[in-house]
Amino acid sequence: MGWLETVRTAWEALTARRMRTLLTMLGILIGIAAVMLTIGLGEGARRQIDTEINKLGSSLLIVMPGGGSGSNAFSGVGAAGSTLTLDDARVLGDPSVAPDIAAVAPVSTARGTLAAGTESTATSVTGTTVSWAAVRARTVADGRFFTPDELTTGASVAVLGPSTAANLFNDQPAVGQRVTINSQSFTVVGVLASVGSNSMTNDDDTAVIPISTFAQRMPTSGNARSVSAIYVTARDQASISPAHQEITRALSANHQTSHDDADFSVMTFQALMDAANSITGLLTTLLGGIAAISLLVGGIGVMNIMLVSVSERVREIGLRKALGATPSVIRRQFLVEAAIVGLLGGLLGVITGVLGALALTPALGIDVVLSPVATLIALAVSLTIGIVAGVYPASRAAKLAPIDALRSE
Amino acid sequence: MTALLEMTDVRKTYDTGAVTVEALRGIDLEVMAGDYVAIMGPSGSGKSTLMHIIGCLDVPTSGSYRLGGTEVSSMTERELAEVRNRRIGFVFQQFNLLASLTALRNVELPLVYSGVGRAERRERAREALDRVGLGGRVDHRPGELSGGQQQRVSVARALVGDPTLILADEPTGNLDSVSTREVLTLFDELHDAGRTIVLITHEADVAQRAATVMRIDDGLLSEGAFGSADDEARHAVRGPGARPSDPDAPTEARHAVRGPGARPSDPDAPTEVLHGLA
Repeated sequence: MGWLETVRTAWEALTARRMRTLLTMLGILIGIAAVMLTIGLGEGARRQIDTEINKLGSSLLIVMPGGGSGSNAFSGVGAAGSTLTLDDARVLGDPSVAPDIAAVAPVSTARGTLAAGTESTATSVTGTTVSWAAVRARTVADGRFFTPDELTTGASVAVLGPSTAANLFNDQPAVGQRVTINSQSFTVVGVLASVGSNSMTNDDDTAVIPISTFAQRMPTSGNARSVSAIYVTARDQASISPAHQEITRALSANHQTSHDDADFSVMTFQALMDAANSITGLLTTLLGGIAAISLLVGGIGVMNIMLVSVSERVREIGLRKALGATPSVIRRQFLVEAAIVGLLGGLLGVITGVLGALALTPALGIDVVLSPVATLIALAVSLTIGIVAGVYPASRAAKLAPIDALRSE
Repeated sequence: MTALLEMTDVRKTYDTGAVTVEALRGIDLEVMAGDYVAIMGPSGSGKSTLMHIIGCLDVPTSGSYRLGGTEVSSMTERELAEVRNRRIGFVFQQFNLLASLTALRNVELPLVYSGVGRAERRERAREALDRVGLGGRVDHRPGELSGGQQQRVSVARALVGDPTLILADEPTGNLDSVSTREVLTLFDELHDAGRTIVLITHEADVAQRAATVMRIDDGLLSEGAFGSADDEARHAVRGPGARPSDPDAPTEARHAVRGPGARPSDPDAPTEVLHGLA
């Protein structure tokens, strides 16, 4: 008996019990769809993080106060008690000390309440230097950035993020208007171009002022020269690593610390990307694991139904044997039935997964990325589950003695 | 001329743990090509066991069983499956048709297992259904056919592989009298066409249609009439070599049970036997 004929026979048996076959497939369907969606979501989240980070500038390095490394350094960003100073920023900006560094922007940040007329909003206020726009890859959509002169004199000028400006001025032109930041009066000289927002940060809601002004007007720190962080851009991606070393060497010398007791840490976006990816990877594994368990339950369901099917069809098996089916032919028939249930369940699961991805992408704001390779693997897995679930029931069917099988009512 | 079916001292014992049941206690049986033999017996007589062994659905505990010259008593399950497929056409009391398949597909089944290609299979299944008078119902499912028609489908299924032996187990047990007549007439026709048939039944009027009637009781086989068989140890009964082509009866010495080889042209023989049944 050829494979084609075996498949045909199995198909006849499955279509004779359509409802049961569909319900059995449902277990595999849900499992496969759940696995595909969780993995697709994880992959989508990873790509989104990569895009966000690349948008920030892939040759960016951030020097943070405090020792240690990795994402821990992000905690406690306030300028107060910071070990970094404007002097550090000046050292890093010296090409003879750090030739691989293209630009340096020290920043101090604080929460501030902005008000204009009757509107007010709370946002993050950043004090920085003129090079900030270049380092953070930001452009001004309206008006201008503050000038070196305004930085030197500590002028009361502010550049607003687009959504901050929209909030305060109700979409009226903001440039030239006055705004108060923590009750201090500022003149709006420019509005930044939008870079979009995501679930993690909102770079469109911000106020940027000269760092000298920040030190005078935003009394958050005991030491007016300390900064929250120093943003640095390397000349290109290849010089990120040498720039990293130059920063470490220069600041260690400046702070008179060694590698072990360093009071600052340098973060590249590669590290940030890795940290973010390890978190999404962990979540994907966790959710994927739960989905895989549902797939396993689906597989057990297939085995259960196949066992029921074998005991229900004892007479049929006996008849087939009487007519000349060998044990291996019977075994193959039941294996193929289980395999078809698995494969079709997987196929329907893939279709459900694709539809689910189309529905979830706008709902969650994260692309659900389904790769063709993952889809093929899902199909192979569901086929394998079907076969594995079929082995035991099929061998029970094959072992039935024809007379016992024919005798049963 | 060698026998098509030849059993010598076939015994079957079932060991159910506590009790050992001797279902067959030494069966000798010979069926020649073209014979139409009915085996009668009440339930519990060993009738079903004998049918299972003749049909190669089971193997004897001891003794020899040759079918078409091949010893089958020590075959593996796989070999037995092939023997069943090629040499035996079954007709069951319950018809045993697969409800989800059309008549044509049901009839095709034996050919599926012998690996016949699809086109030839359909052709032969159609011919077999024509043969039993159901050529117009090839696409009907068993549920759409009457009992008699279903049994004729299963006769077609028994015929389609051109087997050496047609083995019918209570083929009329589930049929009304009209259908019973239809099916038995069909068997007569097949017998006339030279088919070898072994029919197992407990109904005398069904057995009556066969050329030879034998009786099984308590695991032993005897010729014909109830109560008339002498249940000696070997209790062998053999027809007096009624077949003209078989004058010297070489099997006499083995006390094989064998019908008188009566052809339909010899209507007296079975009738005589049946007189004893009355």
